[in-house]
Amino acid sequence: MPMLVDLLGSQIVRTVMLGAALVGAVSGMVGVFAVLRRQSLLSDTISHAALPGVCLGFLLAGERDLTTIMLVALLTAMAAALSVLAIGRLTPLKTDAQLGIVLSVYFAVGVVLLSHIQAQGGGARAGITTFLFGQAAALSAQDLWVLGGVFAVATLFFVVLWKEIKLATFDPIAAAALGLPVRALELGLTVLLALTIVAGIQLVGVVLMVAVLIAPAVAARQWIGNLGAMTILAMGIGGLVGAGGALLSATGRGLATGPIVVLLASAVVLVSILAAPRRGVVWQALSAQLQRWRISGDRVLLAMDRLAAAHHDPDYPSEKGMLDTMLGRPLPGVMRRLEGQGLVRPVVHDPESSPHWVLTPAGRRRAEALRRTGHGPD
Amino acid sequence: MLAALFDSIPAMIVLTGVLVGAAAALPGVFLVLRGNAMLTDAISHSIVFGVIMVWLLTRELSGPVQLIGAGLTGVLTVALTEALTRTGLVKTDAAIGLVFSMLFATGILLIGIFARQVHLHADTILLGEIGFVWMRTTPVLGVAVPVSMVMLGVVLVLNLVFVVLFWKELKLATFDPALAAALGLAPAALHYTLLTLTSVTAVAAFDAVGPVLFIAFVIVPPATALLMTRRLALIVPLAAALSTIACVSGYFLAVHWNVAIGGMMATMTGVLFVMVLSMRALKRQLQHRRPVPGNPAPWP
Repeated sequence: MPMLVDLLGSQIVRTVMLGAALVGAVSGMVGVFAVLRRQSLLSDTISHAALPGVCLGFLLAGERDLTTIMLVALLTAMAAALSVLAIGRLTPLKTDAQLGIVLSVYFAVGVVLLSHIQAQGGGARAGITTFLFGQAAALSAQDLWVLGGVFAVATLFFVVLWKEIKLATFDPIAAAALGLPVRALELGLTVLLALTIVAGIQLVGVVLMVAVLIAPAVAARQWIGNLGAMTILAMGIGGLVGAGGALLSATGRGLATGPIVVLLASAVVLVSILAAPRRGVVWQALSAQLQRWRISGDRVLLAMDRLAAAHHDPDYPSEKGMLDTMLGRPLPGVMRRLEGQGLVRPVVHDPESSPHWVLTPAGRRRAEALRRTGHGPD
Repeated sequence: MLAALFDSIPAMIVLTGVLVGAAAALPGVFLVLRGNAMLTDAISHSIVFGVIMVWLLTRELSGPVQLIGAGLTGVLTVALTEALTRTGLVKTDAAIGLVFSMLFATGILLIGIFARQVHLHADTILLGEIGFVWMRTTPVLGVAVPVSMVMLGVVLVLNLVFVVLFWKELKLATFDPALAAALGLAPAALHYTLLTLTSVTAVAAFDAVGPVLFIAFVIVPPATALLMTRRLALIVPLAAALSTIACVSGYFLAVHWNVAIGGMMATMTGVLFVMVLSMRALKRQLQHRRPVPGNPAPWP
């Protein structure tokens, strides 16, 4: 713990964490739309296709200059997105094959360029492989301005065009009918996606960038249905896992940042999918079980009410075996639940030893309501 | 003669590439046709997790345990993806991206932690080292054969047997899954077997080309072959021939320019794809310009 506090005091660590938080936040923002538009695998393709751009930028600049590298990487990333479109136009190949071809071939070109840079030697070559898995520690204070710029551009784009983007995402036909430039909006979103990816790869690496884009969005979707709130939550999750991953990777010797950030983000997704209210797996299972109990309990009350009416005795003690025969075996715990709710009361019916119950006044009222309306008073 | 072949390092490297191409093309053709090509992306990344887990359990980096581990990892990847999709909370494409990233990240971290013992580096894991496959050999019939080649040979035979035995079933399940299911051909079981074989092939190709370049060998030559012919029986040998051309030309270009051999081979599969694509587009253009007599002119 004191080690962590020492780390937080260090200027370098604060720079790296701020950079990682910026990348995480902008990925969360852009990722929400990538997920909604089913572009997760396109994002993966674009981020693998940034590798040749990173290498070319490196060759052009002759050193690890983030601005040049990002610009050239943005170009190859966009070229990859266009290649996917072109293969789709020119061939009958399915989307999956289009993406796979572009992803693997662009990456292969990147590997060739990477080996060329490494063969040249020199001190700079060590910096280049960090783009594979990400190395947050390589971030400099100058780089923060670049990442801040990307964040500002993305925020501005969404704030200004929010309504238009929303409509074009959920109902492109209506958007086109209203005269919105849907194609231009889609192009803008794709450029933004590519920009976010190239901004993130030095932190997370080309291979794992896709997870940083989609995980915060998928997690946020489980908690909130409103698009604006979801986007803000995704930005928060992305920023936190980015900063947290950068900090953890600074403490562990030689651990790449990308995998740590991705594991943190995966953990957030897992918790969200399990525990989120209403949508979460646990919540759904619990509410289904409650529903089953309620229905089973209502059937017991109605059966007891009918037995009482048939015997002209409102306090008629219904026997367990009789209820089982009428209803089929009720769910375990149903009778105890009804007792707990004060709807039935266990009684002893001498000389029989099997359990018996009578309806309480509250139970009679609920049974009557069920009989009249077909459902409970709640 | 045979021993001389296995003594020649260039021959070993090219032959390894050819074996990767042939073994990958067999499942690749069906994955491309079925629209499941990106599952290769997921599976081959997850294999990194499988390789390191099997190493932690058995301290073996190759051999039959690794092949079995790969099969299990592939099934795990697909099963996790489907479980996530079935909750209805995550769409398929996002589920694929999440599952393989998680497994891959875990694998890379474990390699980082145990790096000193495992003699593996995350970069080589990602990119493979086809140039060094000849260094680890095992005797087969008195000849020292690279371990990678033995594994790839076994997997190639495995894939070939599967595709030949289940040719009819694969064909039907690919082109008419509903009819295949109605006839009781269990397309789901076939699907899982195909993906298991893809994982096994991925781990056999692992030392040579790594997980990402492997995707190129699975998808690109079959997709190129698909643009050249519509006869399924021709696509598989055509795809194998294309990757052979890519491997040979890629090897010599890589040596000439002093760059990564595996990367250059994979790049050449892309070059061949672009060449076939351009020829196809050119042919279409010419056909459009010269309307066939009797056929109505194309709509302006």
